Amino acid sequence: MSLSVDRPSAPGSDPVATIGGTTRFVPGQRHHQVTVVNGKVQLGQRLVDLWRNRDLLFLLIRTQLKVKYKDSVLGYVWSMLNPTLVLAIYYVVFKVISRNNQPYFAIWLFCGLLVWNLFNNSAMSATGVVVGNSHIVKKVAFPRELLALSTVGVSLVLFAIQVGVLVLALLIFGIVPAWSYLPLLPLALVALIVFTSALSIFLSAVNVYLRDTQHLTEVLLMAWFWGTPIVYAFGLISTELAKPRWHSLVWIKYVYLSNPVTPIAMAFQRAIYGKTQYTYHGAVTHILPVWGVGTFALLLTLDLAVSVGLFLGALVVFGRLEGNFAEEL
Amino acid sequence: MAVAIDVVDISKQFRLYNEKHTSLKERVIHGGKMPFTPFWALKDVNVEISEGETFGILGRNGCGKSTLLKCVAGILKPTSGEIRVRGSLAAMLELGAGFQPDLSGRDNIFLNGSLLGLSHADIEKRFDAIVAFAELEDFIDNQVKFYSSGMYVRLGFAVAVNVEPDVLLVDEVLAVGDAAFQRKCLDHVKRFQKEGRTIVVVSHGTDTIRQNCNKAMVMNHGKVITIDEPGEAIRAYLADLLGVGTLDNSESGGIEGNVFAIGAVQAEHGGSGSRSHLYPGESLTITADLDSLAAVDNAIATIAIHDDRNELVFASDPDDPGCQMEIPLGGGMVRFYFPEVPLLDGTYSVSIGIRSRTQTAIFDWKDQVTQFEVANPGRATGRVRLPLDVSFRMRSVMHTGEVPAVAPIGGIPGAPVAEQIVS
Repeated sequence: MSLSVDRPSAPGSDPVATIGGTTRFVPGQRHHQVTVVNGKVQLGQRLVDLWRNRDLLFLLIRTQLKVKYKDSVLGYVWSMLNPTLVLAIYYVVFKVISRNNQPYFAIWLFCGLLVWNLFNNSAMSATGVVVGNSHIVKKVAFPRELLALSTVGVSLVLFAIQVGVLVLALLIFGIVPAWSYLPLLPLALVALIVFTSALSIFLSAVNVYLRDTQHLTEVLLMAWFWGTPIVYAFGLISTELAKPRWHSLVWIKYVYLSNPVTPIAMAFQRAIYGKTQYTYHGAVTHILPVWGVGTFALLLTLDLAVSVGLFLGALVVFGRLEGNFAEEL
Repeated sequence: MAVAIDVVDISKQFRLYNEKHTSLKERVIHGGKMPFTPFWALKDVNVEISEGETFGILGRNGCGKSTLLKCVAGILKPTSGEIRVRGSLAAMLELGAGFQPDLSGRDNIFLNGSLLGLSHADIEKRFDAIVAFAELEDFIDNQVKFYSSGMYVRLGFAVAVNVEPDVLLVDEVLAVGDAAFQRKCLDHVKRFQKEGRTIVVVSHGTDTIRQNCNKAMVMNHGKVITIDEPGEAIRAYLADLLGVGTLDNSESGGIEGNVFAIGAVQAEHGGSGSRSHLYPGESLTITADLDSLAAVDNAIATIAIHDDRNELVFASDPDDPGCQMEIPLGGGMVRFYFPEVPLLDGTYSVSIGIRSRTQTAIFDWKDQVTQFEVANPGRATGRVRLPLDVSFRMRSVMHTGEVPAVAPIGGIPGAPVAEQIVS
């Protein structure tokens, strides 16, 4: 679907030429502007439209947050309590039961989980967001991508709260992050947001036509979680993959490394946890590659570039599928 | 005048799936194909709506009028064709669409306003006006789920009209709230009209269209039947709705064993041409065939007229000497003549009876044997067109106590005259 807005022209003239396609009428659009509804999708106009409706995006995020914790006694505390409890479980399993010797293992876990929670929460709730808001989608014209993006926004707010908890933990345990790597984090976060948005937009649209997506997403995300170095260290994988018996199966290594969440999680671990190896009873365990800031930056930039591509692709797919939302729901 | 909405060759196809396969398993089983029946909700619709016009769309349920509105609003994508809209647009397809029941009225005003295309600053500016319009000052911080349905709808309308669009699309939502609120809504619509904004109204209510619109379109089966002045369009709509091509001539068999039997009943209007309907004020003649097995000298012919809601509009006075007649053996034809029918729009059914003047016996009674339709080309609304004379006089300053001679208004509608035609 597309409605397009042509260039503002002098009042009195009759503009005929139209550019782009938009999905809605934009506030402040002046009288002499003509909006065209037809079957075409224009990517550029879509982006412009998203930007113009950022007010609505923030409002949708606020709405979701308010509704999420409205009737619970603890309210926003849950957004801290929840990841903390998950952290506690992993800690007990890996530190206490399977006797992992890594120092400050909880902090290590927290770094990875921080990244994963943002990605996971958003992808999960985005899958059902268009279907769940069918009453709006069927009655009001607005860029529906905003619904998917609002779930990213909600996850981002929860992310911020968790960062607060992490900073508190760092202070308590007296852990000093690797200062020189900290400037990588904004880049990593942006890459994560763009990639998460791309997947969220894609899933929210596909789920309208194929409701199985919801269940499939759950399983795939579970597999994805264990395919990302969060609970275990990347060092374990790279040491293992370096062994001769994997030479014939070198593609596994590339598949593993092509996971866009991996470099992001590693950047967080490198910057916040700050160590690439630890020694226990004389035995040295490598947990992170000894890359410099430049290598990380290059990887993350590549990650971001791929994510931007995916984001645009997801918008195109969404635009194709969006046209019949009102009928399918 | 510039065109506000230009609808060019719009068609919209819906797929009516015999079975809907939304799960992966079903998709795989059916090879990704789903059998469907194509349904054209809109077919080659062309309309030009000028700026400042209030345009009505009439049609029966499922005629495609709401689909057209959704296409103009950008909610549905037309299968082919193009719609151009000049200026900003707001659609009121459902009041309070997008309300989040768990949020307060305040939050919902912001949410709904944003969905309708207002920026945060815009809404803040209009917030007080919206709350005042909705008359919800005391409840604005309560959750919307605790609102009564009236409050809910008032809030929805208040947000929508305060968007102040160049083009407003309204889908049968004007009939909400109590009388006072309805008046307020109509005042708002009137103001929009004065300000030269374009309004498109979809409605079943012919009165709404007649009172508010400059132009109206009638749709049926996704096609445009007519685009005309509201009066003519409403006539076409009623004709379409009732499927009445001509005045109904019901055949009715007599009752055997009875002395009297009313046969065929016909209605004819006194107007010119081949119109099937009357204009208000025209004459109407109802004739009924009467078979009689005996001569009766104290019969009374009665007639009653009901409207389409089956409410009695008129029943003749049995004591009226004009209704008394002698009926010879073999019968004849009874003619009821209304010199003037002051009714406004509607379809009216006619019931005819023959009864005895002295006894209470009813010889025969035919309930709603025929009907006639009145279509009003003007813009008066209601049920009856009362004769009206309006005049203006200067106030007489000196002659106090003098009763001003105002022309009497009103008159007695012509009583039916029953005539007897002996065969």
